[in-house]
Amino acid sequence: MTAASVPAELLADIARHGEETYPDECCGFLVGTATGEERHVTQIERAANQFDGQRRRRFVIRPEELRRVEEKLEGTCQSVLGFYHSHPDHPARPSAFDRDHAWPWYLYIVLNVAEGHAGPVDAFELEPETREFHAVPFRSAPPPRART
Amino acid sequence: MAQVSVKIPTPLRSFAGGASVIPVEGATVGEVLRRMTDAHAGLQRHLFTPEGKLRSFVTVYRNDEDVRYLERDATPVKDGDVVSIVPAIAGGSDAGPKDPRGLPIPRRDVTPGAHPRTLSNEEVLRYSRHLLLSEVGVEGQKKLRDAKVLIVGAGGLGSPTALYLTAVGIGEIGLVDFDRVELSNLKRQVLYTTADIDRPKVGAARERLHAMNPAIRVVTYPEPLTAANAMEVIRGYDVVIDGTDNFATRYLVNDACVLLGTPNVYGSIYRFEGQASVFDARVGPCYRCLYPQPPPPGLVPSCAEAGVLGVLPGIVGVIQATETIKILLGVGEPLVGRLLLFDALAMSFRELTVRKNPECDLCGPHATQKGLIDYQEFCGVPAPGSVPAVDPGVPDVSVTELAEELASSDPPFLLDVREPEEWAIAHLPGAHLIPRRALPDRLDEVTGARRVVVYCKSGARSGTATQLLLGLGFSGVRNLRGGIDAWAKQVDPSMPRY
Repeated sequence: MTAASVPAELLADIARHGEETYPDECCGFLVGTATGEERHVTQIERAANQFDGQRRRRFVIRPEELRRVEEKLEGTCQSVLGFYHSHPDHPARPSAFDRDHAWPWYLYIVLNVAEGHAGPVDAFELEPETREFHAVPFRSAPPPRART
Repeated sequence: MAQVSVKIPTPLRSFAGGASVIPVEGATVGEVLRRMTDAHAGLQRHLFTPEGKLRSFVTVYRNDEDVRYLERDATPVKDGDVVSIVPAIAGGSDAGPKDPRGLPIPRRDVTPGAHPRTLSNEEVLRYSRHLLLSEVGVEGQKKLRDAKVLIVGAGGLGSPTALYLTAVGIGEIGLVDFDRVELSNLKRQVLYTTADIDRPKVGAARERLHAMNPAIRVVTYPEPLTAANAMEVIRGYDVVIDGTDNFATRYLVNDACVLLGTPNVYGSIYRFEGQASVFDARVGPCYRCLYPQPPPPGLVPSCAEAGVLGVLPGIVGVIQATETIKILLGVGEPLVGRLLLFDALAMSFRELTVRKNPECDLCGPHATQKGLIDYQEFCGVPAPGSVPAVDPGVPDVSVTELAEELASSDPPFLLDVREPEEWAIAHLPGAHLIPRRALPDRLDEVTGARRVVVYCKSGARSGTATQLLLGLGFSGVRNLRGGIDAWAKQVDPSMPRY
């Protein structure tokens, strides 16, 4: 993945979600289209953080939730591109725990929420061979228009 | 043998030749997955651990049923079934307790950091007994190698903790202690040898730890931990181990850890008893939830005054090391919300529940303390490393002045308020023993003395005894400044010190 685009209004929605769930972590789906090495996020879908424990520093989206969203998108040109989650009072950088549970290909957006206020956001992808994260340049822009 | 279809999740399709569905034969779900990864080796490490177990965040469905609720990998399949591999998506802001550094996020062209992702052959051999534990394994050992642990106090508790954490390969160990090694340390502070006497503890400790494991980094802080430096020292460590021997530093460590969001692995020892717990205010109580206020100065004697069984810090210190490793690996149940009590004489363990105090001024929802305070004032004690100031309210006498009075024709009544065991080690000639705790019931033994000099080991207990007597109407009572320890140093060097 070389780059991603995420409309400003969706980033604002993610920020709002993180502020609403603070001090717990929020999470959700990034939905859109993949063209070559680029990801274009066109909508987000909030998910419930179903971690059975300290949601201030962990989130879980259960597999049945992912199945539900994927089935809903079947037959459309869109798919699940990745996931977003927040780090309450912690930098918008993936942790070792994030790395240990991440999947390649997916776009991961991490939002910092400091004392209840949304802060910086950043995007990452897991390198499949080294299993290290690398930052994905992303721009806040309108999605590509279909050729007419 | 059934013919089934395996649905490949998007992240793994590049390892399956780009396919979203793969036809596979097998009799069970487990056999289907093995045959699939045999044919597409790139899928193996994304689906299975090095030990061959399905990764915890991989869920497998047979048609619409999660096989965890069926027969797991023994779940039978029949022709036409669809086996779906579905990721559970998880993450969080911490790796175990905390990952304050975050992860270095290299661009594709950035050279990786100091620690290679793999273990060297030497590391594999050194830690092989760890690697064989599924709860540790290669990935867990790397976590230990990447971890930074700060040990406050390189004494009785810090010694075994530092030794074992060095042995298991903690990447960086910080040691805070401003003291020098003394002969009286050697019976329980197993980091040191006779040759280390009078050396700074942290310097001697670093040599010993490096000899054990040259690969670890030992950072030394040969200074008192104070409110001025605690945040800077503690920041950046993943776990702090409290091996301190005084309440002021204990509260300081706790408060700094709460403010920084760092787990504080607590241990304490007293005579034959020990305590251990994990205070992590993000998920449970802090030390102040258990003990909002320190005891009055002098109420709880130190090891130097009360004595301690030599092996006791070894037991409690290794418990602290164990809890630290569990926190770093994210395994087991750390002692959060539990106070472990150990009685060496009864050889018994018991546990008390510790709840987060909703009124806690530091970690509660309505906390008012937002920074560090003056801990000496809070605990009513002198600063670490300083000479205790003489309480102007308590009349006292120096050891040299007492020596002159004892040599005169009208010596004072000499009252020793230590314990019988201390008396047996050494006592002043002509002294009368009444242990401090028994003094209120034996006042008649002091009645009639015109002038009384009270002493203990260092002047602390005798100071409170002097105040007691003066408060009860006795006159002419004075405290021996510096106690019998000062007498042994200045008046009679032949007297054993302890």
